[in-house]
Amino acid sequence: MTIPGIPLLLQAIVNGILMGGVYGLIAVGLTLIFGVMNIINFAHGAFMMLGMYATYWLYVLLGIDPYLSLLLTIPLLFIVGLLIERFLIAQVLDAPGHNQLLLTLGISLFIENFAICLWSPNFRTLEIPYLQNVVNIGTVMISIPKVIAFLSAIIFTALLYYFLKKTDMGKAIRAASEEKEGALTVGINLKKIYYVAFGIGAACVGAAGTVIAPFFYVNPHVGGIFVIVAFVVVVLGGMGNFIGAFFAGLIIGLAESVGAAFVPGQVKQFIIYFIFILVLLFKPEGLFGRSNE
Amino acid sequence: MSSTTQYTRNILVIVVAGFILIILPHFIGDYYIHMATMILLYGYLGLAWNILGGYAGQFSFGHAAFFGVGAFTSTLLQLNIGVNPWIGMFLAGIAGMLLGLFIGALCFRYGLRGPYFALAMLALAEMLRLLAVQWMTVKYPLGINIPINTDSFWNFQFDKKAPYYYIMLFMTAAALYLTHIIEVKRIGSYFKAIRENEAAAESLGINLFKYKLLAMAISSFLTAMGGTFYAQYYLIVDEEAAFGVNGSIEILLGPIIGGAGTVFGPVLGAGVLECLSEVTRDVFEGYGGVHLMVYGVILVITIIFLPEGILGGLQLIFRKLKKRGRRH
Repeated sequence: MTIPGIPLLLQAIVNGILMGGVYGLIAVGLTLIFGVMNIINFAHGAFMMLGMYATYWLYVLLGIDPYLSLLLTIPLLFIVGLLIERFLIAQVLDAPGHNQLLLTLGISLFIENFAICLWSPNFRTLEIPYLQNVVNIGTVMISIPKVIAFLSAIIFTALLYYFLKKTDMGKAIRAASEEKEGALTVGINLKKIYYVAFGIGAACVGAAGTVIAPFFYVNPHVGGIFVIVAFVVVVLGGMGNFIGAFFAGLIIGLAESVGAAFVPGQVKQFIIYFIFILVLLFKPEGLFGRSNE
Repeated sequence: MSSTTQYTRNILVIVVAGFILIILPHFIGDYYIHMATMILLYGYLGLAWNILGGYAGQFSFGHAAFFGVGAFTSTLLQLNIGVNPWIGMFLAGIAGMLLGLFIGALCFRYGLRGPYFALAMLALAEMLRLLAVQWMTVKYPLGINIPINTDSFWNFQFDKKAPYYYIMLFMTAAALYLTHIIEVKRIGSYFKAIRENEAAAESLGINLFKYKLLAMAISSFLTAMGGTFYAQYYLIVDEEAAFGVNGSIEILLGPIIGGAGTVFGPVLGAGVLECLSEVTRDVFEGYGGVHLMVYGVILVITIIFLPEGILGGLQLIFRKLKKRGRRH
């Protein structure tokens, strides 16, 4: 263990918060799906990978700016999520929890390995000239794409919050997640709610994939790294708790980044798994409780 | 059919099947002996998983943790202090079991269930993998090689493939027998009661913690011994093969597809998967992940259409036919 200096620590805190926002956005999608359908979506990381590749290819083949590609990746992932729910997940809504998890595992195995067949397991990076700059504030270097990713994460989470609070569809989704039978009696079409919620969850993580692509490598297995982080964040935030997930994302981002400043190498991920097991064992209701408010 | 004739018939089936499996290597080439060995290995690992997952209903997504601990334990003991691999295999089992008891005690004490237990196990295997990566990049960047020794049973090293096949055949047969005993004895009923309804099982006086832990101990012990076999077969251990997520998935796929909580399901599932993966490798030559892609499809189809696996599905059909037969 090494004791880092103050500048290094400040740098770690800034990086942690910026990355934490993105973790929040990934987890918001996952927690929405869990809250409404009570399903843990193992394929969440695969959806994110699809978002990253979509952004990558749109830039490489058509020269479309990565942030502009959000206009395409969000609807694309929404449709992917919607179809997967409609034709696969909907079949197992009454099955035991581990079978649901196995189904989403099968979906993720298929998507990830299909991606390997299509695009090879090679690591790719997006190199966008105007995003190579860093801004220095004191001793802290801030990378522009990370700031954009953080801000987009906040904007998307806020938009989704607004959607859930103010629109009819959003209210129906919240009703379905809080009280299924009640929602049914007032005439809410649960089947529709399920595929819309699943689609929105996939769209969130697709957007996260797009905003991460400019500063992270793209690879068929890249989602695996983030999906476990997202599980931790979702549990820590209180399963199904929307705002909790976002703040838990910030906490995990900080813990990971500051932890990595103290201990080297692979330990960064190790810390995340360790926190995950601890939270599952000792604080399964999360830091912020399970309510949706 | 009376139970005596059914008993005689079962014995006959086992004797004939055993005879065929014993003489099999004399009629097939090395390629197929290797394939048969892999079917048996994953059948064996599936049987080990099945005791905890299929019978006691605690689905683990991280059995590679035990498999890897087994592979590393016997290999490191052999390399560093010259422990014989057979003794190493037993010690590997003990090491795997200790890990199983530790994580099991934590998870079951705090009531982790269903998908949460599955994910906690996944996290455990990943933690071990990361530790192994961290340690091995310094010491064994290319994996740990087991030095080649003379061909002998005592050395657990053979020039030919057939001896490995026979060892695995014996281990799988032993695991099948153990599963059969669990199935017919009271302990099996306890496991199934816990799987079907924990609260009801507890109200009948079954000690949930004790029996879940027992299932975990048997399962992790057997899985770790399989890890030693793997290390001796390939004579190399690396962190990805030992602890990787794909390992955990391949262990549980056999029982899920063949039929979790049945005696023969895991072996049947392993056979189906291995044959499928060979066929897809031949058809889609040069595409890396294609057999895992097919596994994904098979898993999705199984969960949706055969949630009890192939054997579970067949049993359901037989039961329906029997009922119909009785009615007429």
